[in-house]
Parts: sequence; C-alpha cells; structure tokens
Amino acid sequence: MNTTRMVMKNTLRHPLRNILTILGIAIAVSAFGLLRTVLTSWDAGIEAGSVDRLVTRDAVSFIFPLPLAYADKIEKTEGIDKLCYLNWFGGVYKDKQNFFPRMACQPDRIFDVYPEYVVSTQEREAFINERNACVVGESIAQQFNIKLGDLMTVEGDIYPGKWDFVVRGIYKRRDQNTDGTQMFFSWVYLNERLLQDAPSRANKIGWVVTKLKPGTNSAAVSKAIDNQFINSSAETKSETERAFNQSFFESYSAIFTAIRIMSILIIGIILMVLGNTMIMSTRERTREYAMLKALGFRGNHLVAFIAGESIIIAFIGAIIGVGMLYLMVLGVGAVVPKQFFPVFFIAPSTYIISFSSAVLLGGLASILPVWHNTKIQIVDGLRFNG
Amino acid sequence: MTTAIKVENVSKTYTRDKMSVPVLNNVSIEIPEGEFVALMGPSGSGKTTLLNLIAGIDRPTGGRVSVQGEDIGTMNESSLAKWRSRNIGFIFQFYNLIPVLTAYENVELPLMLTPLSKAQRKQQVETSLAIVGLADRMKHTPNQLSGGQQQRVAIARAIATDPNIIVADEPTGDLDKKSALEIMTLLERLNKEFGKTIIMVTHDPSAAEHAHIVRHLDKGDLLPEGA
Repeated sequence: MNTTRMVMKNTLRHPLRNILTILGIAIAVSAFGLLRTVLTSWDAGIEAGSVDRLVTRDAVSFIFPLPLAYADKIEKTEGIDKLCYLNWFGGVYKDKQNFFPRMACQPDRIFDVYPEYVVSTQEREAFINERNACVVGESIAQQFNIKLGDLMTVEGDIYPGKWDFVVRGIYKRRDQNTDGTQMFFSWVYLNERLLQDAPSRANKIGWVVTKLKPGTNSAAVSKAIDNQFINSSAETKSETERAFNQSFFESYSAIFTAIRIMSILIIGIILMVLGNTMIMSTRERTREYAMLKALGFRGNHLVAFIAGESIIIAFIGAIIGVGMLYLMVLGVGAVVPKQFFPVFFIAPSTYIISFSSAVLLGGLASILPVWHNTKIQIVDGLRFNG
Repeated sequence: MTTAIKVENVSKTYTRDKMSVPVLNNVSIEIPEGEFVALMGPSGSGKTTLLNLIAGIDRPTGGRVSVQGEDIGTMNESSLAKWRSRNIGFIFQFYNLIPVLTAYENVELPLMLTPLSKAQRKQQVETSLAIVGLADRMKHTPNQLSGGQQQRVAIARAIATDPNIIVADEPTGDLDKKSALEIMTLLERLNKEFGKTIIMVTHDPSAAEHAHIVRHLDKGDLLPEGA
C-alpha cells in the first residue's frame, strides 16, 4: 500500500459517479478547446497578415477603387521593395454558397509579394503567359475538386457577365496559418473587358500591396505614401497588412468577446463539476479521514489522498476531452465558413492550455474538501454521520 | 508496576452553539502498564471523552495527561500525530475499515507511516492477521467479512505497529454475543500474551468482565474504584 494505490482505490470507489464527472470534464474541456480554436483561428487570420507588407487603399473605404497610376507613384516611394496591385472581383462560382476570395492581380508580381503562396516555376510561367489563367489555393482545389487545366466559370456580380478562367496553378500554403482559399487571375484580363464593356470602370485598382525593404519603418513609409495623395480626389490610407486585416474583421469583435467570456465560464463549470464530486466523495468519507488522522496520518497525507484523486479524475477527463476536441475540430473545420476562417486548426497552445487548465482545476477543486477534512477535529470526524 | 497512563485533574468542556457543556470534571486516574481497564457509565458520562484524551485525539480544557511519561498536552498537532502512530492502537465501535481496501491493505495502513521496508511490512501485516485468526482472509474486502471478522481486522490494524497501548471504544457494541465474546477473548489475549495496556469503553457488563479494572463515570465524574 502506498499513496498512489490509495488514491487509485478511492478513485474507483464510485465508478458511475466518477465516469459521469470525467465525461462532464471531457465535454467542458472539448468545448473550451473548440472556443479557443475559434479564437486562435480567428487570430491566425489576422496574424497571417504580415507587418512588413503595407496595404494602401482609398482613405474612405476599400470598396472605392484607386487610379492605376497610383501604383507607379507608390512604387517609387523610399523603402519599398516589391509591389503588386489587386482588385476584388467577387462573383459566383457554381453556387452563391461557394464563397472564396477571387481577386485580379499582377501575375508576374503576386508571388513575389506573397511568398507564403507557393507555386512551381512552370505553373507561375503558365499563369503569367495565359491571359485568362488563374491560380487557386490548395484548400479550394481540394474542396471543389479542381485540377490543373480545368475551366472555371465565374458569374460576375460586381463585374457582370460570364468569366472563364483556366486553372494553371494550385498554390500550396507555406505555413499552417496561410490562407489556402484564394483565387488569383490577371488584372489585365479584367481591365480589357472593362475597357470594352464599361470604360469608366477601367484602369482602376482595388488596393496596392507593397513589400518593404528589410529594416524599413512601416509607419514612415505609410505616411510617405499617403502624403503623395493628400488633397487628391482619392486620398489613400496605408497600413500594415496585419492592421488592415484587423480593421476588416473588427465588426465581428463583439462575437469574439462573447466567445472569450464563454470559455471562461466553461472553466468555472469544470471547477464546479469536479468540486461537487470531490465534496460529495470526501463528505462520505469524513469518518475514514478522521480515523486516518487518529492513526497518525497528517494534513499532507490527506492533501495527497484528496488532491491526488481530484487530479486523476481531471487528468482522465482532460485526456478524453482533448481527444474529443481533435475530432470536433475535424468535423467543425469541414463545415466552418472559409470566409471567416481560412485556416481552422488546433494550435499547440490550445492543447496545452485545455489540458493543463483542467488538471490545475483538479487541484483547485480539492481545496475545499482538503480544508474541511484537515480542519475538522478527529473526535467530530469520528462522530460524523454525513 | 510502571505507570503507563497518568490523568491528573483533567476537565473537558465542549462549546456547542455558544453553549459550554462540561463533559469531564477534574478526573484523575493512573493506569499501570499492562493493565486492562474498562470504563463504564451511562451515555454522556464522559467515558469516550476520557478515552479520546488518553489516546491524544482530543485535548483537555484543564489538567494534564501523561502517557508513558510524556505530557501529550504540550505536543503540537504534528508531533501528537506522530506520537499516536507509534504508541496507540485504535479499535472503534464501527470498525472504521476502508471499504475499498482488502483486509491486508487495511492492516497495512498504519505501517505507511513507518520506515519499514515492503517485506517488513508484509511480515507485520501477516503476523497481525494471524494473531486475530484471519490469515486466510487477507484478500477479502470488509463487505466480504462478517461484523466480528471486520472488528478482528480492525484489531489487527491496531496492533500492526506494535503499540504499547490499545484504546477500544465500544469494541463489541455492534456485534452479536458470540462475536463479542470472540473479540473480548482476543483483547484478553493481547493483554496477557503480548502485554498490551488496554483501555476499553463499554456499556456491556459482560465485556467489562474481561477487564482487570472496571471504573465507572457518571456525569463527568470518575467514581471511586469499586463503586
């Protein structure tokens, strides 16, 4: 007999009660982990935005286009290494439900500015050389079973009409938090049609993305760019890509604050579920603990017995909960809207925090029972009738 | 004969809901080593309280309790717990065995507090269970044993660390007549063969007959010997 064996024996004393408690903890841990995954995936979308890339857009709103001539002026600004302009295209691919970002860009520059989108040299060449070529992210290719050489027809909404694209590249994500849901095609292809069908909308670009030279002060460059267009008909606002992403998603911040509060409440639920079980279990054993104290067991022994049992229950619940979390994220990840969560994955920190917080709460849940049983007088404990 | 236990002018008052309830009034008693003493008296007379004070699981409001020459009133909780583990064997009315542990494991419990090796512990447990006649019931859990057998396991647990003093609070109170007799015979044997000093609280006159000395308490007063 040793402390571990004693703890294990006590843990198995009420199998049904403890199994239910373990399941309760497992569900709470997986729910906590899922909410954290939502938050971390959300943050990953923002964090994916680089701090050494600037986005220059119309100062009023990014839905207003900028004159094409701005790109040349911006490129000449001190501190800028590479530049690519893009244009939001929108449109419907097969069904309105099939949302993913579709953008016109400069095929010869886009992958220099976004090195995290990895394409082969051949694919890149094909993309540059074929006017209606497009490159799609691997997530989109997988979702819609798109292969190289396929024809993608998009029904335009912002730019009406049928638009046919030939898939000449499928980019791979360099990092786990890189967005794999984008589609790029040549801005020239878009502009040519506009020159024919809607000349007033031609020669406009949506925004300009610039990659800064190493060590460049992004704030100073942003200011330098914007100063060039002060008092023009289209004043600009330049900011880092991360800040741009953040402002884009800001309208959803209340939802995420609510999620954060819910995840804290779940921690409270774990504490209460486990605390309740431990209080019930140890209350039933008050006489046993008094007997042990009479035999000479001291407070530290009782701490080991009670906290050990609580931590073991929490530990098992946490392991099952993390396993459930993995399966849940697999399931939820398949149906989660890609426009909100281009990447949906369990961050290593989520595993660690979900697991360790449950085990820590196991220790916390034993505080009250330990306090009760160490403080109660032996003679009162021996008389205790639960 | 050496004095094992010396209780001098001990009083005990409990406070319950802001009310003071005197339980023992200036009780003095000396118990020689190797004696078998029965404490009798009606409910509320203070016999269990006196037993608890002697065993060091309660503290007197006044007076002094010395056991084997040590004033246990001066010890802090931790020292007192260590002292109990070495010197006192406990037998309770309702056995207080841990239901999920086997007879062997229950008896081994107090040995967890000793520096004995696993092999030494095994020997102690087996010897203790053999003394109480349960060598063949080591793997049984309490619910697989009769009341008398459970109390014998509790006695084995009380003697596992080989303490000099055994305190027994109504050891036959929950048993039938036959089992009660077996337990009393066993306690008598522990006293005679192994020289244990036994202080037993009982309501049962036939149990008290096994003791050498019977003392009565009434309303917190220890009555004179022979009263």
